Amino acid sequence: MPNFNQIRAILSQKTIGIAGAGGLGSNCAASLLRSGVGKLIIADFDTVSDANLNRQFYFHDQIGEIKVNALRENLLRINPFASLQMHAVKVAPDNIDFLFSTCDVIVEAFDAASEKEMLINYILTNYPEKPLVAASGLAGWGSVESLRIIQSGNLYVCGDGEREAGETDPPLAPRVNIVSNLQADKVLEILLKDRF
Amino acid sequence: MKIMLNNRAEIIEGDVFSISQIMVIKSFKFRMLVVRLNDRLIKKEEYETTLVKDGDDLKIIHLVSGG
Repeated sequence: MPNFNQIRAILSQKTIGIAGAGGLGSNCAASLLRSGVGKLIIADFDTVSDANLNRQFYFHDQIGEIKVNALRENLLRINPFASLQMHAVKVAPDNIDFLFSTCDVIVEAFDAASEKEMLINYILTNYPEKPLVAASGLAGWGSVESLRIIQSGNLYVCGDGEREAGETDPPLAPRVNIVSNLQADKVLEILLKDRF
Repeated sequence: MKIMLNNRAEIIEGDVFSISQIMVIKSFKFRMLVVRLNDRLIKKEEYETTLVKDGDDLKIIHLVSGG
């Protein structure tokens, strides 16, 4: 098995796109950066709120900041030399090419199911050869053994596919972190496949 | 017929079904779905007309909110 420098030598050449910087995107970005991924392109239009702090990679003194700006600060504290391209925009069919066409792998990290569907349909239709790592089903606590990855061609969907986040089954840090890291680990697996 | 549905072997009595029929039989009830038949994306408007037959690999993936 390779050592970390050998792994990082490969990952440092790669660009990952992350659509959404909430519970999934912010935590996935931190893991990918720690692992040595060369460049992250992250898009989100939202601002940090108090309600985000139960699961997202932000801090109390960042409430009110634009998420991608706050996330840039936090990621640069992990690695001040990180190559980060942050976009404070709402991801939509008319900007996906501009945002993510250069990425080796794209991570779907939205909250709303309709946005997930939009991105998945767009990528499968327009970039069928590009790996897309999505997430669905991560609310509440417990039943961690039901979290898994379904693969179909270049599409990977992490989560239980059932537990929808809402007022009475809110997303909580442990399961959100597990799913965001299932995504990050799948990205590494895709990038390192057949390299060692 | 025998198909793979979400990575599990499923036997459904009959020779051929549309994707819509399989969704009813298997009670897929979420509104947001990604459907792939033999790794090909099937759009919503094709659920009625796309036929699934013996040996096919069908994925019906629920998309639920949360992130």
